Amino acid sequence: MSERDNDALVALLQRHEAAILDEWLREQSASRRRGDPAQDAEARTTSRELLAAIAGALAAGGGADIAGAPWEKVRDILAELSARRANQGYSASDTATLLFALKQPLFRHLREDVKDAGKFADALWRASTVVDSLGLHATEMYQKTREQVIERQQRELLELSTPVVELWEGILALPLIGTLDSGRTQVVMESLLEKIVESGASIAIIDITGVPTVDTLVAQHLMKTVAAARLMGADCIISGIRPQIAQTIVHLGVDLAQVTTKASLADAFLVALKRTGSEVHLRQAQKG
Amino acid sequence: MRLRQAVREHAVAMGFSLVDQTKIVTAASELGRNTVLYGGGGVARIERIASASRRGLRLTFEDSGPGIPDLAAAMREGFTTGNGLGLGLPGAKRLADEFRIDSQVGKGTRVSIVRWKPY
Amino acid sequence: MERIPILRMGRFLLVTIQVDMHDQLALALQDDLTQRIVKDRARGVLIDISSLDVVDSFIGRMISNIAAMSRVLDAQTVVVGMRPAVAITLVELGLDLPGVRTALNVERGMALLQEPLS
Repeated sequence: MSERDNDALVALLQRHEAAILDEWLREQSASRRRGDPAQDAEARTTSRELLAAIAGALAAGGGADIAGAPWEKVRDILAELSARRANQGYSASDTATLLFALKQPLFRHLREDVKDAGKFADALWRASTVVDSLGLHATEMYQKTREQVIERQQRELLELSTPVVELWEGILALPLIGTLDSGRTQVVMESLLEKIVESGASIAIIDITGVPTVDTLVAQHLMKTVAAARLMGADCIISGIRPQIAQTIVHLGVDLAQVTTKASLADAFLVALKRTGSEVHLRQAQKG
Repeated sequence: MRLRQAVREHAVAMGFSLVDQTKIVTAASELGRNTVLYGGGGVARIERIASASRRGLRLTFEDSGPGIPDLAAAMREGFTTGNGLGLGLPGAKRLADEFRIDSQVGKGTRVSIVRWKPY
Repeated sequence: MERIPILRMGRFLLVTIQVDMHDQLALALQDDLTQRIVKDRARGVLIDISSLDVVDSFIGRMISNIAAMSRVLDAQTVVVGMRPAVAITLVELGLDLPGVRTALNVERGMALLQEPLS
């Protein structure tokens, strides 16, 4: 197969681009569920761009390998289209179907235009392989976008499930619950630092009462967060350290000299209050 | 440095989180400075790379300066030439996922780091 | 050559780092600060880095130098406005800022400077 095989297709598209576009759009709506006018308009614009880009790529000598340079513009349009579709909740086959619908119009015009049987077969083959490759590519792009969407949703879920609470003016509390894995810890720690900036807090209490075990990585993240918070001008107090965790931390050689630790969140809160210049007075219980 | 801006733009375009962006740009700043200060100037390359399951950014810094005589020492924490805070090599290594350094005395140095982003 | 402006606020000096620092600028700043600390009998220096989205070892070195110089001249240094991403990166980098106190913003930095040393 050589570049010359594109000639028939290129000529075809030059002559009949508008007609092919129309037929393609008709094929698309035949297989599509009833959509709204806005979506239809969008499909029309994208299809027109895509067809023009495909014609351009073929004219530039693009072969069946669509990873090559001539196909760059087409790839870009497809990537954007697939990403948009993935975000809008279309299925993976939707975009591929859209592309495959191009075959009919192409074949029909080829049959009318190319009289030589050999050339017709070659052109048909080329058209078929190109459309198939594009369809596959579109599906892959779709997958990638879906994965990104999932990743982002996971991240948002993480942020929601570990809220940073403002206990008092200038005092934040971060109650950590459950087993911490490296990824989750990072997200949590970042949101704590953001909250420090937002609320102007000077003390952050990290409570790990609800954490059964702490491994090396998590302990390191904790210490890094404390260090980062300090660089931002906020002090951290760690509360709720259980005996086993205390052992782990010592074994890890983590230096806790700089960090205040308290057994309970309540104790930590009292310390924090004092540091920020407030105090709690307990009224004497009245007897009898 | 314009280098920082270019690196930042690539990192943003690839969808790295703000923290990751900052780490990458900071590493680039360290290595870039090294190249200028100790390597007598050189070339920096920014490449977007991809593997089966993830994408990444590779930064390469190359100079034809004097080279680093004692690589092991340079990579050790706290190594210092000039005043204070050292060559920034161990620091840049910590900020990256992958780190490679080739250096020959009298020929020059090439450092490359990669930061990956899972899809 | 441009020089970083130094603002006087009572007995304190405020320096806002916004532009890309290069060697000459950093040296000029350190020179200017030393002179001003003496001239204004300043008790403290506030370095505002809230505009910086990247802090590398060069800036770190400069800040440490300023802190050391100030201490010799009996003034304290407080760095304010470090962004979270920068803080995380500095910790990862292993960059330590010895002898430098930190605060969230200029207001708090001044409050810190006004406290007696604990």
